[in-house]
Amino acid sequence: MAKRLTKPLVYVILIAFSLFYLMPVYVLIVTSLKPFDQISLDTMWQLPSTIDLSSYSTAFSKLAPNIMNSFYLVIPATLLSALFGSLNGYVLSKWKFKGSELVFTAILFGMFIPYQSILIPLIVFLRDLGLYNSIPGLIFTHVVYGLPITTLMFRNFYANIPNSMLESAKIDGANFLKIYGRIMFPLSISGFVVVAIWQFTNIWNEFLFAVSLTQSDQQPVMVALQNLAGSQVVQWNVQMAGALLAALPTLLVYILVGKYFVRGLLAGSVKG
Amino acid sequence: MIKGSSDRIWSIIFILPSIILIGIFVYGFISWTGYVSLSEWRSLVPDYSFAGFENYLNLFKDFRFQADIRNTIFFTILFIGAVAIMGQLLAVLIDQNIKGESVFRNLFLFPMALSFVVTGVVWQWLLNPSTGVNLLLEKIGLSPKWYISTEVLFGIPIGKIEFGIPVAIIAIVIAAVWQMTGFSLAMYLAGLRGIPEELKEAARIDGASEWKLYRKVIFPQLRPITMSVIIIMAHISLKIFDLIYAMTGPGANYVTDVPALYMFEKTFRAQDYASGAAIAMILLISVAVFIIPYLLMNRRED
Amino acid sequence: MKRYGFLWMIAILLIGTMAACSDNSSSSSDGGSGGEGKIELFSWWTAGGESEGLQALMDQFKEEHPDIEIENAAVAGGGGSNAKAVLANRMQGGDPPSTFQVHGGDELLAGWVAADKMQPLNDLYEKNNWKEVFPQELIDMVSKDGNIYAVPVDVHRGNVVFYNKSVFEENNIEPPKDWNEFLEVAEELKSNGITPLALGDKNVWPSTMVFESILQANLGAEDYNKLWNGEIPMDDERVVKSAEMFKKVLGYVNEDHSARAWQDGSQLVADGKAAMNIMGDWANGYYKSKDLKPGEDYGWFASPGTEGEFQVITDTFGLPKGVENPEQVKEFLTVLGSKKGQDAFNPKKGSIPARTDTDMSKYGKYSTDTIKDFKNAKLTPSLAHGSAAPEQVVTKVNQAVNVFVTQQKVDQFIESLKQSVSSLK
Repeated sequence: MAKRLTKPLVYVILIAFSLFYLMPVYVLIVTSLKPFDQISLDTMWQLPSTIDLSSYSTAFSKLAPNIMNSFYLVIPATLLSALFGSLNGYVLSKWKFKGSELVFTAILFGMFIPYQSILIPLIVFLRDLGLYNSIPGLIFTHVVYGLPITTLMFRNFYANIPNSMLESAKIDGANFLKIYGRIMFPLSISGFVVVAIWQFTNIWNEFLFAVSLTQSDQQPVMVALQNLAGSQVVQWNVQMAGALLAALPTLLVYILVGKYFVRGLLAGSVKG
Repeated sequence: MIKGSSDRIWSIIFILPSIILIGIFVYGFISWTGYVSLSEWRSLVPDYSFAGFENYLNLFKDFRFQADIRNTIFFTILFIGAVAIMGQLLAVLIDQNIKGESVFRNLFLFPMALSFVVTGVVWQWLLNPSTGVNLLLEKIGLSPKWYISTEVLFGIPIGKIEFGIPVAIIAIVIAAVWQMTGFSLAMYLAGLRGIPEELKEAARIDGASEWKLYRKVIFPQLRPITMSVIIIMAHISLKIFDLIYAMTGPGANYVTDVPALYMFEKTFRAQDYASGAAIAMILLISVAVFIIPYLLMNRRED
Repeated sequence: MKRYGFLWMIAILLIGTMAACSDNSSSSSDGGSGGEGKIELFSWWTAGGESEGLQALMDQFKEEHPDIEIENAAVAGGGGSNAKAVLANRMQGGDPPSTFQVHGGDELLAGWVAADKMQPLNDLYEKNNWKEVFPQELIDMVSKDGNIYAVPVDVHRGNVVFYNKSVFEENNIEPPKDWNEFLEVAEELKSNGITPLALGDKNVWPSTMVFESILQANLGAEDYNKLWNGEIPMDDERVVKSAEMFKKVLGYVNEDHSARAWQDGSQLVADGKAAMNIMGDWANGYYKSKDLKPGEDYGWFASPGTEGEFQVITDTFGLPKGVENPEQVKEFLTVLGSKKGQDAFNPKKGSIPARTDTDMSKYGKYSTDTIKDFKNAKLTPSLAHGSAAPEQVVTKVNQAVNVFVTQQKVDQFIESLKQSVSSLK
């Protein structure tokens, strides 16, 4: 029997990396607690002489009106794009048809368009659909441009599931939908977790579409976060406090869906 | 595969909406961009008269665009390599049944939750040569110039630029890797957990060492995941904008400039819509060059 | 059963938010801007003094016109570049805001006016007698072919050197009067271990401002303007001389200039690590926010060789074509151009009013000095901020400057400058 990697070594390496990862977070937190006149490049490492929470209250009061918009946007957009991605991935990996590889590549390619260059036709199109300057319009946009990446992720997760499992299900009389519901969906829960992490984070933090397709009271929180900065003087303490506040929902998602990373779930269903 | 005709119809029904949407929102809009890139639209007034490839030629003759191409190539290679290796390493470590798994996982994911605009500034401070991490590094006798260096490693003159690895780009790679590794970690972790326990057990029973188990069983199983990681990170690195915009801007002598920044400036500052569209088209064409081999490879595997 | 927990979570979330969302969207269906009875005010003033000034202006408007709804549609980010992108997209997509912020000069004239997107406001100027109260040179910056297209709300000065007073005293130096004197002073400061000139050119335009100051000193206000309409070529020997001077000046800046944004550059002066900083006078607002006292901790003078000249950066608002309620927008512009409106806005923003007849008692020490200069000096448009030349040219000049700062090849620089303005002819 071979031994697993020695535990203490694992912890030492992980903690070393953690420290590196926390370094910028330290600067963020320390800066957010300083009053503006104490902030300068030379004193970035120093702890604040007195803890000043005013930047948090300033940031919170400016972000609060937009926060619900972000939830209305991100939750449906994340779930819909995950669902579409999973179905596309299912079809493109397990129900291949003539030219399905071409379809896959064509969908995949959509990931690479630089969004700055297509804003004008997008605005015109959404206006024609009556979706311009509305959250449903923004959801729609994110779902469409999320399709390539979610399809890619699911297709590659499903590629690992042995075809033999599908064959035996078919022999048992299961059809397209049953196979999806009984086999593929439960197997891809860690895939859903990853897609949810990705889509939630990206849509939550996305700025370009948000600022171009919506105005004032429809705007998500990321626009409000950017608006904490003026065009001339940037109050870094407020900006960083705001960034930490705006990151909390995403962090919550990581903690919530992270639970479903557990191994037992998968091992069990593979055996079943 | 056994074919049931109703199943076949279902599968088409499920994928059709995506195909139509992508057709309009990706290919329709790309065509529009392509059309603009061949036009004379160089002010706020749309002017669709045909300019041929003039916009493209001007770009390729441009010092800044040449520097952009160099920067993107090296940024992409270094960034993807680092994210894939770090992600895999951390995933394997976290997968060792350790205590506090979720703490570590969330800690590495956390940077991704932060807005690029803010992390860009934090890294700008951290890697500022006169303060930041150099205060620590100086104690061991190092004082790298990070992103203010205008040096190009292994440079050979091509066109108007020195072609090589710009030292400044390494600073950006560090910041970008810090922000994105969490995601590749999550993907590899999901991949590791998708590998049936039986496979590993079987290998262990055969007396494989832990290293051999990873090399022969686990890493090959992760290959499709690596493919996804590479493609996802490639689309990030080709379109990276906010982070660089906040962290260094185009940089002295354009050592940290990238096509997305240039496109933004060309289109919205200089109101040169045609050249902006041409930059977008060049990006897309270069992507196509990389995706087609991927398609061919997939075909061969089937 | 546990296996379905995840599925349930998804289902509940989806249904819940869809319901909430459909509620939400019905209220927004009338979404488009510029609808009857509403003014959408587009700017890049989102924080600090700028947004306080904007709020004061909006309050003033609400007081005079309680029946008209006004909405603040400010978009933040890097000196207005995000706002400019959003604006361009909305204008191209056929959804102009009721009125928007734009720098006077070519940014307005060669941009939106040339694109035929603006309506003339001559009647508004007549009605309010504005030709009497705005300086003619300023009105020229918003006029084309006899039509006036925008109302200036504020003025900033570009050619200012801010300096640390105690550093000057300790080193026994006086503000230099021309660029040769500047070099002498700089040499002395350098030998005493102080960075003579702070520069934070991460976003390039601060170096362009330095070069612009040198150019203006060597050419004088009038010829300087001719440079940007193509009457004087870029290989004029005074331009070459300026480039050489620029090169020498670059020898006296902080080494990490490209790592700093403008405010990190100004910070060097505040900390006494550098002596001087060439910056627009928004830097005054920055120093004040750092609790420094104008005239005691820091001082200012016109950049060497440009005394009696005033480089203008002005924010203006106009009336785009295709707005549904032009009369209401004109009401807003009337308030914007009024004494009360300008005195509500400018003291908070830290700029000076564009009108020359406002209430001086409302302004601080720096501003009152600047208001006096503004009345007497010769006004010139700024290149770095889009007033002197079309944006296409500004972008290319910035590009040339950025390369020059590193490579310092004068011939190549002049060649790039020539190319930058070649589209003007």
